[in-house]
Amino acid sequence: MSKGTLFDKVWDLHTVGTLPSGQTQLFIGLHLIHEVTSPQAFAMLQERGLKVMFPDRTIATVDHIVPTTNQARPFVDALAEEMMQALEKNCQDNHIRFFNIGSGNQGIVHVMAPEQGLTQPGMTIACGDSHTSTHGAFGAIAFGIGTSQVRDVLASQTLALSKLKVRKIEVNGTLPTGVYAKDVILHIIRQLGVTGGVGYAYEYAGTTFEQMSMEERMTICNMSIEGGARCGYVNPDLVTFDYLKGRPFAPQGSDWDEAVAWWTSLRSNTDAEYDDVVVFDATEIPPTVTWGITPGQGIAIDQTVPTPEELPEKERAIAAEAYQYMDLHPGQPIVGTKIDVCFIGSCTNGRLSDLQEAAKVAKGRHVAEGIKAFVVPGSEQVKQQAESEGLDRIFTAAGFEWREPGCSMCLAMNPDKLVGRQISASSSNRNFKGRQGSSSGRTLLMSPAMVAAAAVTGQVTDVRSLL
Amino acid sequence: MSQVTLIAGRGVPLVGNDIDTDRIIPARFLKSITFDGLGEHLFRDDRTQAQGQHPLDQPQYQGAEILVVNRNFGCGSSREHAPQALSRWGIRAIVGESFAEIFFGNCVALGLPCVMATPVEVQQLQEWLAANPQTSISVNLEAMQVQYENVTIPVQMSRDVQNMFIGGTWDACGQLMAQSHQIQQIATRLPYIRWSQTVAS
Repeated sequence: MSKGTLFDKVWDLHTVGTLPSGQTQLFIGLHLIHEVTSPQAFAMLQERGLKVMFPDRTIATVDHIVPTTNQARPFVDALAEEMMQALEKNCQDNHIRFFNIGSGNQGIVHVMAPEQGLTQPGMTIACGDSHTSTHGAFGAIAFGIGTSQVRDVLASQTLALSKLKVRKIEVNGTLPTGVYAKDVILHIIRQLGVTGGVGYAYEYAGTTFEQMSMEERMTICNMSIEGGARCGYVNPDLVTFDYLKGRPFAPQGSDWDEAVAWWTSLRSNTDAEYDDVVVFDATEIPPTVTWGITPGQGIAIDQTVPTPEELPEKERAIAAEAYQYMDLHPGQPIVGTKIDVCFIGSCTNGRLSDLQEAAKVAKGRHVAEGIKAFVVPGSEQVKQQAESEGLDRIFTAAGFEWREPGCSMCLAMNPDKLVGRQISASSSNRNFKGRQGSSSGRTLLMSPAMVAAAAVTGQVTDVRSLL
Repeated sequence: MSQVTLIAGRGVPLVGNDIDTDRIIPARFLKSITFDGLGEHLFRDDRTQAQGQHPLDQPQYQGAEILVVNRNFGCGSSREHAPQALSRWGIRAIVGESFAEIFFGNCVALGLPCVMATPVEVQQLQEWLAANPQTSISVNLEAMQVQYENVTIPVQMSRDVQNMFIGGTWDACGQLMAQSHQIQQIATRLPYIRWSQTVAS
């Protein structure tokens, strides 16, 4: 088992005890809730006559179901409105802070919490959403959980968990121009597989991650779950501290210095022991795009859709399913694949830097004929910052729609959906069958800059040719 | 709390790797504040496309209680709606090659055991179920075996989780709350709890 890693240290600090089953009872420092996976948990609490043990440690926002066009209440969708009202009532009844629409702080839960300074190194974090792994960018241990576990955290501020192994994923070197954090994580998942991380926490180490901004690190950690890992993290450093300083919920005054000292002490030791180590060279990572129906089915932008013979035996069945569903043929170049819809946003790539990189590509160009392209900021704060930089005007001048914050077409629990067999270039995290709101709709995952490139050319394009 | 030790019933084979929770229960059916009625939407899009040929729609598998799947079943979203939908359709145990972790944990919370067998043994079981849909199979969590006809295959599950099923402690909530004193102690020791009391409120 691993020893001396940040994961081990944070795990030990939060261990309440060992349960009769042998699992660990782990204290959860920050609990994030939203409208989709919490209402049943509150109902279960009520049925059992239980109260929220630490209402101050839970923060709520609304993201999955919110429309990104007209957000006036009541929502047009009566079911969405019902979920919204349930969240409002549950927060009010249980004295939980709620960042509602129009508060200035609402947003995708994994965008909102970091920008508020709620997410901090050394914390354990849980949320009823698998992309909670995002918060590991700060050196937190963050788990996506189900609704019964949301109930457990509300009732006891703890979870019953089995300890994970730790794999160090070391990437060294400077990324080539036109290659982004999204390409790095798609490349890692492609190499290690969608089940490669099962049973592991991923520690992202090496000079490539050290050079990355917090926003880029969040993109990396966000998709740990797509590689099968329950969580992923980066050791906290000056980049982390600079990001946090002055944020509304970050420690202040003398607490700040104490915090930095504590956070620094949690870093993995230089002689830490890992259960596994893998190493990549950043200079060899290409712009990467998925062609199939799992995030592991990715290829370099200049490659062709793999033939069954090029794939390991155990990947061939899912590849056959993907060829048919995607209507892409083995041996076909991915460049030039015609696109219908372009989506920039989501908890993976809906942050300010994502919009900045996409805007660089969109600037002075125009969305190709027949393409629907839209940009959805990850939070009210991102939207406001982007507008203050004029990004909204760059996008709208180029023919993109500029929307209100939310999860949007990443999972299409709101009016943003693919229609029929439409194919999207998407900056989101999942290309599963039916994921984007049409049971036959198709998704190609790529970086926000690559989505912008697809939007202005109408087809999958190597963004490097436009930079 | 009820112990889960032996599940016997008819099986239904569901062939395919990396079947994600978006497929098990598409996102549009999550628009509800309860889990009621999810069973009827289980694999809704796959079933519509299969036009009656999906195993869950084939008459010989109606009333089946043991689902037999392949690799990485339940990957993707953390939605507990997925095991809830399976459970409400009537599934009481899942045998597969491997499971995604959050899905597995969600199943534990519902008292729905997921056990793992080798790819070859899973495939043989799936083929046997296709030929013998009316015969009962059993999942024994004490012996960690699945039995059908005169075949016994060993299955796996972490020891911790096995203990929770056979000891009847799979609903962790009560056990977790019982430690409230220790929980408070940990909270007092964690510096960030104190820092947060001195910032914006």
